[in-house]
This record gives sequence, C-alpha cells and structure tokens, in this order.
Amino acid sequence: MIQRLIERSAVLVGSLAASSILVFAFMAVLPGDPARVALGVNASDQAVAALRAQFGLDRPLVSQYFSWAGGLLRLDPGQSYISRAPIGPQISDRLQVTLWLVVSSMVIALVIALPMGTLMAVWHRRISGLVLSAVSQVGVAIPAFVAGIALIALFAVKLGWLPANGWTPPAQDPVMFLKQLALPALSLGLVQASVMTRYVRSSVLDVLREDYLRTARAKGLRPMRALARHGLRNASVPVVTVLGLQLATLLIGAVVVERVFVIPGLGSLLLDAVASRDLILVQDVVMVLVVAVLLVNFVVDLLYALIDPRMGREGR
Amino acid sequence: MRHQLTRRATALLAAGGMLAVAACSAGSSTTGVRPSSGDTRQTLTVGLVAEPASLDFTRTDGAAIPQVLLGNVYEGLVKLTNDGSVVPDLATSWAVSPDRRTYTFNLVAGAKFSSGQAFTAADAAFSINRVKTDWTISLKSAMDVVQEVTALSPTRLQVRLSKPSNDWLYRMTTRVGAMFSRTGVDKLATNPIGTGPYTLNKWNRGDSISLQRNDSYWGTRPFFQVVFLKYFKDPTALNDALLTGTINVIAAVQAPESLAQFTGNPKYHVIEGTTNAEVVLSFNNSKAPFTDRRVRQAVRYAIDHKALLDTCWAGRGTLIGSMVPPTDPWYEDLTGLYPHDVARARSLLAAAGKTGVTVRLRVPTLPYAVSCAQVVKSQLEQAGFKVNLDQLEFPAAWLTTVFTNADYDMSIVAHVEQRDLGAVFGNPSYYTRYNNPALRQALVAADQGTSTQQVQQMKRAARLLSQDAAADWLFLLPNLTVADKDITGLPKNAVSESFDVSALARS
Repeated sequence: MIQRLIERSAVLVGSLAASSILVFAFMAVLPGDPARVALGVNASDQAVAALRAQFGLDRPLVSQYFSWAGGLLRLDPGQSYISRAPIGPQISDRLQVTLWLVVSSMVIALVIALPMGTLMAVWHRRISGLVLSAVSQVGVAIPAFVAGIALIALFAVKLGWLPANGWTPPAQDPVMFLKQLALPALSLGLVQASVMTRYVRSSVLDVLREDYLRTARAKGLRPMRALARHGLRNASVPVVTVLGLQLATLLIGAVVVERVFVIPGLGSLLLDAVASRDLILVQDVVMVLVVAVLLVNFVVDLLYALIDPRMGREGR
Repeated sequence: MRHQLTRRATALLAAGGMLAVAACSAGSSTTGVRPSSGDTRQTLTVGLVAEPASLDFTRTDGAAIPQVLLGNVYEGLVKLTNDGSVVPDLATSWAVSPDRRTYTFNLVAGAKFSSGQAFTAADAAFSINRVKTDWTISLKSAMDVVQEVTALSPTRLQVRLSKPSNDWLYRMTTRVGAMFSRTGVDKLATNPIGTGPYTLNKWNRGDSISLQRNDSYWGTRPFFQVVFLKYFKDPTALNDALLTGTINVIAAVQAPESLAQFTGNPKYHVIEGTTNAEVVLSFNNSKAPFTDRRVRQAVRYAIDHKALLDTCWAGRGTLIGSMVPPTDPWYEDLTGLYPHDVARARSLLAAAGKTGVTVRLRVPTLPYAVSCAQVVKSQLEQAGFKVNLDQLEFPAAWLTTVFTNADYDMSIVAHVEQRDLGAVFGNPSYYTRYNNPALRQALVAADQGTSTQQVQQMKRAARLLSQDAAADWLFLLPNLTVADKDITGLPKNAVSESFDVSALARS
C-alpha cells in the first residue's frame, strides 16, 4: 500500500508538471495581445508597450513560465491582466460555487444510478429492464445544457415553480440557495445518472454471472441478499473508476451549465477570462481544473486498493 | 423469490423518485424570486449584459463601468439629456467667452460627496486636472485641450482651453467629466465616491452590483431604495429572468428576434429607441481595390439596406447613410445618396476594371456582424464581387488582425462611441485608413466655430464622408428595453455612457 502511494504520488507530480507546461504553451501560441485588449481599441502603442512591460509579457517565454509556475507553488496565482485584482480569492470564491454544483449533481446521479442500474441488471431479461435501458440510453445522448434549457422552459418559465437562473450563497439564504441549485444540479445530475446507470448495470451483470454468487444462492440466500453480501463490493470496482472519470466530466459540464443558469462559478470565470483575453486567469483556472482531475484520479487509484486488497498487492 | 426481488426493487425506485420530487418541490412553496432586501416595492433589478472588469474607469477601459457609475454614483458638471442636448448637472449655468476659449461655470451649492465632504470648485479643478495626470485610458485625450483650471470661489470654476472646442464641453458629459473628491480617489477600483443619487452597496463579482440610495443627495430623491444590476452573458437566460420575475427590466435586448415573447404580453412594455452604435461596413481605404472610389460606391449601391436590416436584425434599427445618429444636432437622413441599384453597382465596378474582384470580409464573432455578413456577401456577389468571408474571434483576434494590423479589405463592426465621426474617419492611421484633408478641415471648423457653425460643418463632414463612400453604414443599432408594465421613467434612447437609474420609478 505504501509503495503504491509513493508510485502514484510520483505519477501525480509528473503529470502536474507536464500539464502546466502544456497549458502555458497553449496560451502562449494563442493570437491576441492581452495588453491591447485591456487598454481598449483607442490606446496608443506606447501605452500598450508599457502595460506589456508591467505584466512581464515582454520577457522570454521560459522566464514567464517559471515565474508563473513558481507563483502557483506558493499558492499565488498572480494578478488579473484586466481587473488588476489578485486571482487567488476569485478562484477560491468561484470554486466553492462550482463544488456545490458538482457535488450535488453527483449525489443526484448516484441516488438514481445505483438502484436503477442494479435493477436493470437483475431485470435484464424482462421488458421493464429493457424499457429502463432505453430510457437511460436517451439520457446519455442529451447534453447537460440541453437538459438545462428544457428544465428551465418547463419548471421556471411555464410552471413558475423555480427560478430560471441565478445564485445565492447558502449562508445568505438557504431556501433560495436550494431553489436555485435544483435545476442546474438536476440537469447535470440526470445526464450523469444515465451514464452511471449503464456502468452499474453492466458491472452488476458481470457479477451476477460469477460462480460465487451462484454458490451463495445455492446455499439458500435470496438473490438480492446474495448480491448485496457478496456481489456489490466486487461490482463497485469498475463503478468507482467511472465515478472518478465522471467527476471530471461533471466539472467540465459545469462550465456550460453555469452559463445557462447564470451561476458565478469557475466555468463562468473561465469563459469570461477567455472572452476578455485575460490569459493569466485562463491559465490559472485551467490549471485548477487539471489539478482537480488529476487529484480525483489519484484518489480513485488509491481507493482500488481499499476496495479490493488484491490490487494493492499486484504492484509488487 | 422473484416476487421478493421485485418488491424491494420497487421500494428502491420509489425512494429515488421521491428524492427527485423533493428536489423539484423545494421551490413551489413560495413565489417571487427577487433578491431579498428591504421593501420589494422600493427594490429594482435591472438585467444587463457586460459586467465591469473593475470599478475604476480612469484606468480600465470598457463601457460597462460608466454604465453603472456615471449619473448614478458620479456626476459631472454637465449631462446629456435623452434627446442629445447638454444640460446643467453639478453646474447650474455656464458662460463662454467671446474667443470661445474660456468657460466659467456656476456650481450648485450644497452638493456633498458620499464620504460627507462638500463638493466645491476645488474638487472640480482637481478632477479635471487629474484626467491629464493620472488617467490611463485613451479617452483621457478629450482633456488635452484644457490649459488651465481655476477655482474662482467655492461655487465658481473657470476653465481655459488652448483653442476653442465645442467637443470639450460635450466630452464633459462623459466619464472624463466625472467629479471626484480630492480625498476620495485612493480606492477607485472598489470604493467609488461621488456626489450622485446612489452609492455603491455591494459588488458580487460574476453576478451583480447593488446600488443604495444616497439619502443625503443634493438633488431630487430617486424612487428606488436599492437597485440591483444583474449581469447575464446569455441572452436567453436574460429573457428567462424577466419572464420568471428575477429581474424587472432588460436594459438592452441583445436578440431582437426574441422580442416577440414580450410584445404580445400585457405584463411587459417594450420601448424602442436609438443608440450611438453605427453598424459600419468598413473598407480598408488605403488598399486596392478600395482605394478606387468607384469600387466603394459600387458596394454602397449593391447593398439593399432595408432587406439587410429585416434579415439580420429582425427589422429593428434605423437606416442612417452616414456616421451620425438621429440624436446628434447635425443628423440628416443620407440614405438617399446611394439607393439600392445593382445595375449601377455593376457598371461602376466594370468602369473601375474590377468586375469579379475578390475581397476579404473579415468580421468579428459578434451576433450582428455574423448575421449581417452573410447578407452582405450575397448582395455583393450579385453585383459582381467575389467575397471571401471569415470570422475572427472578438475581441482579441479581430483587434489584432483588423484593428491593429489593418489586414482586411472589409469588416463589419458597430462603432458605439458617442460622436465618433472624427475618431473613425478623421485619423488616417485608424483602421479605416481614410485620408481626406477636406473632411479634417470641416471637423476642425466645427469644433472651433459657434454652435450654428458647428452644426453646418458637421453636416458637411457627414455628407462628404457619405458621398465619398468612405464606408457603408448598414444601420444604427436600436435601443430595445423591456420592462415590467409598472416600471416608469425608462429612457427611450441610449445616447450617453450611463444607464441612469435615478429617474426610474414604479407606478
């Protein structure tokens, strides 16, 4: 287990370094001068040059990279080119919003997918199982923002039950917070649920065919109980893998859903930064997303070992 | 055995279903989703599109900052009415010397900054001088003409200009004329201090700005105690917010085709007026084929402006024919100079020996530009042009390619600045690359003459520009406002930099 931890940590650090170089390089080759954009269309060339010098954009790329990466290591992501405000507090504010959204969608997805997937597996020979399967297939095909627009049209504009968009921090007004969270979390969560349901189904199906489950039933356990006692732990390994991957998808999906629901999260921050060519802010937000995805994968890797001790030993 | 399984499964499913229902019904118990702050009747929420990057318009460019602050938090000596005339604000009156170089302002007595300090001529002098010394945005050049500012007494201010300039007084109605407190400029980016009817209450970045009524305001007390300015990037989300009661006003509708859902609805009223935003089909006047006047004229004859406006902006907007909006005193309808005439366009192009010439139409990724570009392309191709259309991401890619490097033949962009004829066509190094000494002469005469001369000369300049086909003016963007039926005092036209909320009320 310790060795696995060390190995995985080394991979994590390597991936972080490599991705920071990639992110920086992508931003460097993008057309458009952030100083020109910051100063507006009528700015003189001298003013633009002065601002470039102030941002350090006139220095060699390698030196720009190291001062940026060094700042990140000290948890100082720098200052926005456009607003000149420190980026750290902006990212942490926005990240809290996005985390609420991502976590609540994941909860919705799991609450739906775990029972549904299991049922679909157990019922896989029945019409009801096929119907559920078809429904989840449709869900997989719908992008979250389309689901969002449809939910707004129905629950906000037509029925008037919930606000169409907006965001209120939970500390300020918990009721309004939940009302405003409901539709975006559902639009991300329902689509995720469809995807997860299919994984749960196939995973449970595989387990149902195993000899040990037949044996368990043969010794008198009811099928659901046999599955619960001997099957679910094994069935959960592939599901946890997918869970990790899907968390990353949710984080990316949140970018678009935040725009549709006017939520001031990391996604809207990223889109605004892209539009205003606030390259340093784009770089920082992308890095935060990368770090989140890599960390989730890291945790998933370690979780394997906990769920299935055999995997922990394989490394030797 | 199977039966048992089904029952448990049903229970599980039911549990999942209940959770979903619980999530939905959380909102059904109460209605009304306005931000909660005091009396709702005295609270107004306005939906806007562009959020400011900072609150300091002395150092950060962009129309979003004065939109919120000018007229609401900051005031100038003079301001612009909705029909475009300059009227007193913090100045009660002013006199111009016979040589037109000295302006003497009488200031209101009793105006106070929100910090408690009294507003005096010394603050006015400080504010005007500070534009030259501390401002960094390009608009500060409007104060270059100021030679000396003197506070004659606490309520009398004298400004001496280096040359006569009508434009200077007009620019005093914009952000460069905003009055700051001598002791209140150290935290402009977060804590603006002005004499206006509102003060900044809270800025939730990425979401909204709230303004609080200034109860010690020297002028007429506004109706609304709290005004939220809420920002929406997505036009559909903005419309939905009004439809569901999250906001009361859409200050500027971005998608004119979406108006239909409000026009027939008795809960809302729709106001259509004009803006300063001329949608210009610009030419690179320094580069063949547009160095040839006949080619430029061919384009103007080839465009069917009425059909274009109907197709690309749902018929909303004004056809203008030159670089002047109807709210400027020297506006003339010049659309008759180049009526739609494809045969004439073809023969002009043939006379120039350019039939079948390929031109690059490079437009920014902005809704009006993208939708108009297709129409322009097809209309020009009917007249014998070959048009290569490409879209450049706005702002960055378009600014670099078209604006800075002038690597284009034609483009489409809305010039939103006020009175920008001179800025866009009077400077040969501007991206239009238009070099016409006669035009520049008319502009100078207009700036330095009496107000009658100013109108005459500006009319001459606009006509010159249009006749010479320095560009084509596709249309003027409309100012489309939608609001709850009971909201009154909404401005018809968007003529100034500010969205003044102090005149708004609930009937």
